[in-house]
Amino acid sequence: MSLTPDQLQRIAMLARIDVAPAEAAGVTERLNRVLGLIDQLQAVDTRGIEPMSHALDVVQRLRPDEVTEPDRREANQAAAPAVEAGLYLVPKVIE
Amino acid sequence: MLNSSLSALSAALAGRKISAVELTRLCLARIDALNGRLNAFITVDEEHSLAQALVADERRAGRGSPAGPLTGIPIAHKDIFCTRSLRTTCGSKMLADYVSPYDAHVVERLAAAGTVVLGKTNMDEFAMGSSNETSHFGPVRNPWDASRVPGGSSGGSAAAVAARMVPAATGTDTGGSIRQPAALTGVCGLKPTYGVVSRYGMIAFASSLDQGGPIAKSAEDLALLMNAMAGFDARDSTSLQRPAEDYGRELNLPLAGQRIGLPREYFADGVDADVHARVRDAIRWFEGQGAKAVEISLPNTALAVPVYYVVAPAEASSNLSRFDGVRYGHRAKEYADLADMYRRTRAEGFGAEVKRRILVGTYVLSHGYYDAYYLQAQKVRRLIAKDFAEAFARCDLIMGPTSPSTAFPLGAKSDDPVQMYLNDIFTIPAPLAGLPGLSIPCGFDAKGLPVGLQIMGNYFAEAKILGAAHRYQQATDWHARLPKEAPL
Repeated sequence: MSLTPDQLQRIAMLARIDVAPAEAAGVTERLNRVLGLIDQLQAVDTRGIEPMSHALDVVQRLRPDEVTEPDRREANQAAAPAVEAGLYLVPKVIE
Repeated sequence: MLNSSLSALSAALAGRKISAVELTRLCLARIDALNGRLNAFITVDEEHSLAQALVADERRAGRGSPAGPLTGIPIAHKDIFCTRSLRTTCGSKMLADYVSPYDAHVVERLAAAGTVVLGKTNMDEFAMGSSNETSHFGPVRNPWDASRVPGGSSGGSAAAVAARMVPAATGTDTGGSIRQPAALTGVCGLKPTYGVVSRYGMIAFASSLDQGGPIAKSAEDLALLMNAMAGFDARDSTSLQRPAEDYGRELNLPLAGQRIGLPREYFADGVDADVHARVRDAIRWFEGQGAKAVEISLPNTALAVPVYYVVAPAEASSNLSRFDGVRYGHRAKEYADLADMYRRTRAEGFGAEVKRRILVGTYVLSHGYYDAYYLQAQKVRRLIAKDFAEAFARCDLIMGPTSPSTAFPLGAKSDDPVQMYLNDIFTIPAPLAGLPGLSIPCGFDAKGLPVGLQIMGNYFAEAKILGAAHRYQQATDWHARLPKEAPL
């Protein structure tokens, strides 16, 4: 499996990472080496094998439905690049 | 003092032979002398560490909360553990100035035990790497040979302990990030069973694999650290509710009759001859103590690296989507709109290896490829776990090399991701299965570089693994040797 330039740009768009035209060839070449490595999995017969998504088969714990978190907005927003009146600022999305 | 074990330091602190402040100053001076060359620390915290040492001395004097074995012991945290008092960079430009609003569970527990945090150690960016060369803050150098890598991703922690800058440090292991750098720098590192150490406040890479653990100079020291680090935490949904245990309870493990499994695949071609020779020497020592070597097979070993490079990037692509320039971290200066802000922020904030893994993860999870890659990798992961289950029916511990080679020169593998990935062939299987594993030094190659012996055990067999390692370290002194670039 080898990535085409169009496929690379589509993945980069999904991942929200700009890949500059000058880097594209190098990025594709190295990604293709990694895809070559993981392609080895295609040859394995896994019929009837249950996928393993987690290291241990444990059940999700439940806790009482109670308020446990205090308001820590100020502390949590201290690291944000741009906030105003307790809100995170982003570029305008609606005209 | 700098080459002493934690229990010796603890006894010296308890017996008033040295104060925590004096010990902290000794370590800070050592860091000051060596860090310019080794680059093991990203942030050193003289002011807070001396303040913590004063509090520890008070506790040792019977004032404040009761002192424990670790009260007054200087440590360092891998810069992946969130700390309120120090920035947490995760080795990335994205978080170069990030200060967390909370402490990680591991940080809280070690603080409660009275340890003194000297600083935060260098690491591969977002723990993605096996050489520490992907750090935004520059590579760490191996104290045994500064032209070589210390391994990764916990390379700063391993190098700091190896160079005796600090007696112990925390690390995290997703595919070998505690054990491989421990092996390459001649120190000891334990990756616990998945779920034993809380992941709360440990910046997530691949959540079904990530596990915190200690790096120190001996197995006995690792046991002391585990007693403080392990424990249930409701804030980590995968934290296990188990009774507290003493990880040092089996340090006098009787070796007679222990069955040591030697996986055929770990003793095949592709491993340095010196590495095999030193590991064989160590196994012969165990046999000399009455342990029985059993040949076993982990037939899917060669598939572990490809499985890992589907599962880990898939989880990483999801985990790292939080770095969007909105809530924390780097934000691009110039952009056209919101989508452009995301794309530029992430292109600027992440390094090449992190971007590569996010792109691989995005690809294997994308429409049309999910079944062929991600689901298939999860099925092969099950086969790998099954290999271990069958092996542990025939043996009590598994031993083999931690890494196929000793420390390699800086730049030797950084241009070919696949060559770098294959270096982790013996450390990736245990986290895929969720099993504990440890690396301890077992000798040197012809170049004088340390070789690591890996000991893996069944789920929750940490105490037994540490016991076997401790027995070996009582009879050998590989773990007490000092690196060439860091004489005392």
